[in-house]
Amino acid sequence: MRAIITVVGKDKVGIIAAISSLLAQNNVNILDISQTIMQGFFTMIMLVDLQDCKLKFSELKDLLIKKGQEIGVDVNMQHEDLFNSINRI
Amino acid sequence: MFTSQEIIETINMVKQSNLDIRTITVGISLFDCSSDIPQRFIDNMRKKIIKYAGNLKNVANEIEDMFGLPIVNRRVALTPISLLTFSYSYEDLIKVATAIDDIAKELEVDLIGGYSAAVHKNYDENTRKFISSIPDALASTDRLCSSVDVGTTRSGINLDVIAHLGFIIKEIAQKTKDKDSFGCARFVVFANAPDDNPFMAGAFHGTGEGDCSINVGISGPGVVKRALEEKKDASIDEIYETIKKMAFKITRAGQLVLQYASKKLKIPAGIVDLSLAPTPKVGDSIAEILEEIGVEKVGGYGTTFALALLNDAVKKGGAMAASFTGGLSGAFIPVSEDSGMVRAVEAGALSLGKLEAMTSVCSVGLDMIVVPGDVEAEVISAMIADEIAIGVYNNKTTAVRVIPAYGKKEGDEVNFGGLLGGSKVMKINRSSPKRLIERGGRVPPPIISLRN
Repeated sequence: MRAIITVVGKDKVGIIAAISSLLAQNNVNILDISQTIMQGFFTMIMLVDLQDCKLKFSELKDLLIKKGQEIGVDVNMQHEDLFNSINRI
Repeated sequence: MFTSQEIIETINMVKQSNLDIRTITVGISLFDCSSDIPQRFIDNMRKKIIKYAGNLKNVANEIEDMFGLPIVNRRVALTPISLLTFSYSYEDLIKVATAIDDIAKELEVDLIGGYSAAVHKNYDENTRKFISSIPDALASTDRLCSSVDVGTTRSGINLDVIAHLGFIIKEIAQKTKDKDSFGCARFVVFANAPDDNPFMAGAFHGTGEGDCSINVGISGPGVVKRALEEKKDASIDEIYETIKKMAFKITRAGQLVLQYASKKLKIPAGIVDLSLAPTPKVGDSIAEILEEIGVEKVGGYGTTFALALLNDAVKKGGAMAASFTGGLSGAFIPVSEDSGMVRAVEAGALSLGKLEAMTSVCSVGLDMIVVPGDVEAEVISAMIADEIAIGVYNNKTTAVRVIPAYGKKEGDEVNFGGLLGGSKVMKINRSSPKRLIERGGRVPPPIISLRN
């Protein structure tokens, strides 16, 4: 299963490191990553593969949200299919 | 990989524009549960509802988690109960109603529909008894919903039952007076009722449906409004195109949820209802879309025009996004559930007369309208008759969900909480239609019914 993770917030040192190490600890493979400043905010978008992740979707999501709160950014994870459905015919 | 723009837009649809799935509704046939012993029917019914909908809450929660898409309501729709309880006494009917309500509570289903009857042709003694039980059935339950179909384009309009329903609605209001006559919000009168409608109070599992199916009703007026906000100076055809595109995207989300829920619950997928349905939240209102299109206040001239194009664009956009569509597809205009509508009523801009005109192009009809509690039963019947006529003669579904709030007068406020919202009591026309309603009888179907 693949998911899209977005991280939005004020830019600072260590955001990518914090999120990606959490993913690595849970065997989540990052397939694609892009990062940009949109509307004044640091915005990171990741496509990840959850195939080898032992956690349930909601558990991993909760961990990410918690980590986001620690470093002051808004983290979101949604199943890839939502983006596929809405944006691709 | 998606572009950043696409991803941010999709996330904003949910986070800032209140995109949500209004409801997942499991429709269940009860034909194989029937028995002339009421308790046996109840036991069979319980077993079957638990079998199909027992996991509904968990699956809906899982979908919310996976897609980050809120699902506002989990619902169950049943075979019209009147078809299975011909021989039951009044007391047994109430027992069935409360048993259904208990099952809904046990499964944490928000609403359960199907305490329903279709009387568009004949009004026999059994059905009369059933309809007479509706006030007590609603007063002794919290989640049960009820509906009566009183007319179709194919068979005409049954004025006898419409005359009766005026009194029934007053009785429901009286019996649920402690909760601002809340029972009336769980009862709707229909013309041309669809079999696969996931929206309450009118949801039931039609006789043409299979053993079980799952239907999804989408929502998302906020998403459309936001898209229109970026088109301040656009011409009306561009506005139409924008609504169509957004309706497509919203419906795709609905189709995804339908497929996922169907797979998880092992229930065949039914339809996606392509609807824009408001919630009382600010920014999630149909009225605000109409005002964004250019009407200063909903109810002013131009409102019917704006609603007509909105409704058509939603259907066109959505029709390509989902394989099976149905239900009541279009824009809903309930008053109490829509913060913009409530504001327009308070400002005196939106009258019942204008609402009735709007129902000729909306997806349902006079919906969640609070009127003074001392209204004559015949006036309610005549309001129903008008609305049913619009449906029957124009070959569309229409409905009436009106609440004569007990003890309240024009300008007072009522509050139902949750999705149903609250509203001021509206001004009604007091001239008496008694002579008309008391004639009773049946109106023959219109000439368009002879099409074949």
